[in-house]
Amino acid sequence: MDTQSSYEGAFASPPTDSAQAFRAAMRAMARPGTIEAIAGARAPEPFSEAAASLLLTLCDPDTSLYLAGEHDNEAARAWVGFHIGAPLLPADRADFAVGTWGALQPVSAYKVGVAEYPDRAATLIVEMPSLERNGAQLSGPGIKDTANLNLPEIGAFQANRRLFPLGFDCFFTSGQSIAALPRSTRVSDLSAEEAA
Amino acid sequence: MTAQAAAAMDDYNFAYLDEQTKRMIRRAILKGLAVPGYQVPFASREMPMPYGWGTGGVQVSAAVMTPDDTIKVIDQGADDTTNAVSIRKFFERTADIDVTERTSEATIIQTRHRIPEELLNEDQILVYQVPIPEPMRFIEPRETETRKMHALEEYGLMHVRLYENIAKHGAITTAYAYPVKVEDRYVMDPSPIPKFDNPKLESEAIQIFGAGREQRIYAVPPYTKVVSLDFDDYPFDPSKANHPCALCGSVTSYLDEVIVDDKGGRMFVCSDTDYCASRIRRQEQAA
Repeated sequence: MDTQSSYEGAFASPPTDSAQAFRAAMRAMARPGTIEAIAGARAPEPFSEAAASLLLTLCDPDTSLYLAGEHDNEAARAWVGFHIGAPLLPADRADFAVGTWGALQPVSAYKVGVAEYPDRAATLIVEMPSLERNGAQLSGPGIKDTANLNLPEIGAFQANRRLFPLGFDCFFTSGQSIAALPRSTRVSDLSAEEAA
Repeated sequence: MTAQAAAAMDDYNFAYLDEQTKRMIRRAILKGLAVPGYQVPFASREMPMPYGWGTGGVQVSAAVMTPDDTIKVIDQGADDTTNAVSIRKFFERTADIDVTERTSEATIIQTRHRIPEELLNEDQILVYQVPIPEPMRFIEPRETETRKMHALEEYGLMHVRLYENIAKHGAITTAYAYPVKVEDRYVMDPSPIPKFDNPKLESEAIQIFGAGREQRIYAVPPYTKVVSLDFDDYPFDPSKANHPCALCGSVTSYLDEVIVDDKGGRMFVCSDTDYCASRIRRQEQAA
């Protein structure tokens, strides 16, 4: 994969592939904690296929993008420049940010929207080693009773929820899988409850 | 319709809209789902139909559509009205997707002012056509002010309006576009659905609202708390005409009043044509 040209990796059929990718992303965002399949695009290392597909589906010259940590490399910048054309901006001005949870820190830097326009908030694309339906317990809009997802952290998402209706929204990507955590979801630590 | 007219067109992009427009709409839908009930501004496009015919709903449907989808379009519950037929044909030609009149077979249902009687499931998306997305527009005409009222969660005027109904008429007379509060935060206009449909806003399906002329998109994710505004002593009443359907006999569905002559004769029939027709089919099979 490290020899991939920056001109490669687009959707084979952009209109229908991006439609399928968006449906997966929308289902994930509407039902926090569910894991959906998303595929079709390839970006340079270390981007997952899911993250690359999501970027092609949602980002364009109208959206600013922040590449965090190892996701900010020369090949990635060239790929984004050719396929997406999004201006690359620092974390506090970006509409979208992509990287591992560690590289995306501090998450307090991202746009959370303003009271009149809470939609003007950042969307984080968090690259994960794997996605599993265990770990933190989720509840709120889109969730029947409760759901579980292996979030990289609890506290940051609880703090984000306290800002509601402001706050950032997250997608989690790994391989060809995608899950989401909108700002509206309440997060609790299952293991802490069991220990108590 | 001739076979040639029904054939898909390839002069346009899949589902008519260009990709950059779809990305813009898709971003608005995702933010709408993240903040249930909040109206996300979007750069609504001109569509090949007039404003007021469902341009907002059509743009949302086009942005969420995949080639595997089956779409149903209803206008006041009916599949066979001009508006519904035109929009179905539009997507048949521009997206080459399947269409249906059966609620249970559809994956996307675009609706003008009704929620189907049949309960929707997790795999379905309900797209509403919305004329005036702002629930407080008739109380406060300035967008700058209503936006501030939403920001401050200042919804007192909305209750005053309902109270004035009671003071004047002895009951809340708002019968459609009945305001709701979503997830204890945003007051939302559920589009001009009859208040009979309000309890069905708490659904398993994803609900997306598109207002083309007013350039707003908002959404209600599945299993989201949606409460119709009311008072302790005047609770919300999802009323309907107190008759059985004249065709299928249903006593639980929402009814349209149809004038049948010029001597005051009238009948009440189900507004949801698919629900009514499938009940009649079942009754005929049983007989």
